[in-house]
Amino acid sequence: MYSDKVIDHFNNPRNMGEISDADGIGKVGNKVCGDVMYIYIKVKDDRIADIKFKTMGCAAAIATSSIITELAKGKTLDEAMKITKKDVSDSLEGLPPIKQHCSNLAADGLHKAIEDYRGKR
Amino acid sequence: MKRIYLDHAATTPVDLEVRKAMKPFLSDNFGNASSLHSFGRDAKQALEESRGKIAEKLGAGPDEVVFTSGGTESNNLALKGVAFANRKKGKHIITSKIEHDCVLNSCKWLENEGFEVEYLDVGREGFVNLEVLGNSIRKDTVLVSIIHGNNEVGTIQNLKEIGKICSERDVYFHTDACQSFTKVPLDVGKHNLDLVTINSHKIYGPKGVGALFVRKGTRIIPWQHGGGHEFNKRGGTENIPAIVGFAKATEVTGEKEIQHMTGLRDRLIAGIPGEFPDSWLNGPKENRLCNNANFSFRHIEGESIVLRMDQKGIAVSTGSACSSHSLEPSHVMIAIGLKPEEAHGSVRITVGKENTMEEIEFAIESLREVTDGLRKMSPFVKNV
Repeated sequence: MYSDKVIDHFNNPRNMGEISDADGIGKVGNKVCGDVMYIYIKVKDDRIADIKFKTMGCAAAIATSSIITELAKGKTLDEAMKITKKDVSDSLEGLPPIKQHCSNLAADGLHKAIEDYRGKR
Repeated sequence: MKRIYLDHAATTPVDLEVRKAMKPFLSDNFGNASSLHSFGRDAKQALEESRGKIAEKLGAGPDEVVFTSGGTESNNLALKGVAFANRKKGKHIITSKIEHDCVLNSCKWLENEGFEVEYLDVGREGFVNLEVLGNSIRKDTVLVSIIHGNNEVGTIQNLKEIGKICSERDVYFHTDACQSFTKVPLDVGKHNLDLVTINSHKIYGPKGVGALFVRKGTRIIPWQHGGGHEFNKRGGTENIPAIVGFAKATEVTGEKEIQHMTGLRDRLIAGIPGEFPDSWLNGPKENRLCNNANFSFRHIEGESIVLRMDQKGIAVSTGSACSSHSLEPSHVMIAIGLKPEEAHGSVRITVGKENTMEEIEFAIESLREVTDGLRKMSPFVKNV
């Protein structure tokens, strides 16, 4: 049911962990539906210098969290704001239809982290 | 990689003796049991011998066993067949909130057809409250249907007491015994049962065959109409090889196998909840299916556990969310009082007679690695 890319990111998640002095944190999802995602970003010269995630959820939730850190790293904040759910799902060679709604939260998490950073300034 | 199968509540491998018994009925004795010639008579003989074996196992008469295509069909026939045949007496049915989907969805369908269904609550360990059950029976109640051994949390209901209540109140009593059959003694006489669903592929028999015990005199209408097969209760040419395999499979699980599975289950129950952080056992400690263990792990999700265990070659399952069909948490987990977020983190391990203690030790060790790894990823677990 999952693509090889999803399974790869699920088994070997990239940039997993917390950033203790993060400049912005995006928290999305809810425990009731089973997926919760925290995205931590470090910003330098308007670019995402570092990004990490922590996720409770299914393989799709973990894989989307993992891949968004790769998609966003090094991008300007404006570029990162333009990353969509579809970009995430395409980069993972697709997600099962039922997972699109519930588990594809990573783009929202990233955008919230950026908004959190911008709000603090 | 060595694979370890720990999902026997989903299905079991066909036992080698069962396969041996089935083989002559594929290409050699292939007759239709309804035919008059010798091919047909041979098939008919195999059919009736098999029926006799299964009837004996249930304490039933041979003419009270109706072969079907499996547990789902048997449950559909029991519920819809009895409901429609007795609708002049009443349209009220009682069941529980922890039934298999095929019972619940048959009930929902019956509700759409004008029947009234009461879904009884269960306690934390999954038992139906007998007093509540008794009080729920009305003048127009025609059928009580309660699952014998629960497929997710392993709870074994007190059929004897439920049967007593139903018989005193003159209400038909049906049980879905797919998970418990051959593992837990079942006697249709002692338990006052009018209808019992059993199937083959949960007991080391082939898929695609099951049976419904229908007590003589029970008012039921067929759901699949055909050429008068199965005492006019279920049309369709009997699947002889599968039926022969099903009958043979009733001999596979004896006292020795039950004790072996109980030992493996108890090792899991001793080794996981309490020993693992934020974990607990779902379902009861006593009156539990000998092969069922079900655990919840806080802050992590069941599907991730199942997939990571699969990477290690170990097959377990989650009744909870994020299956390919539904994102809803398991109705059984919710019924026993788990919060949705707790239900999402549940894993079911169901052992079989062919599993070894070494496999169980390896599974516990693997589960430890998997849950530790996922906990590290969870936003609700602080890094140490």
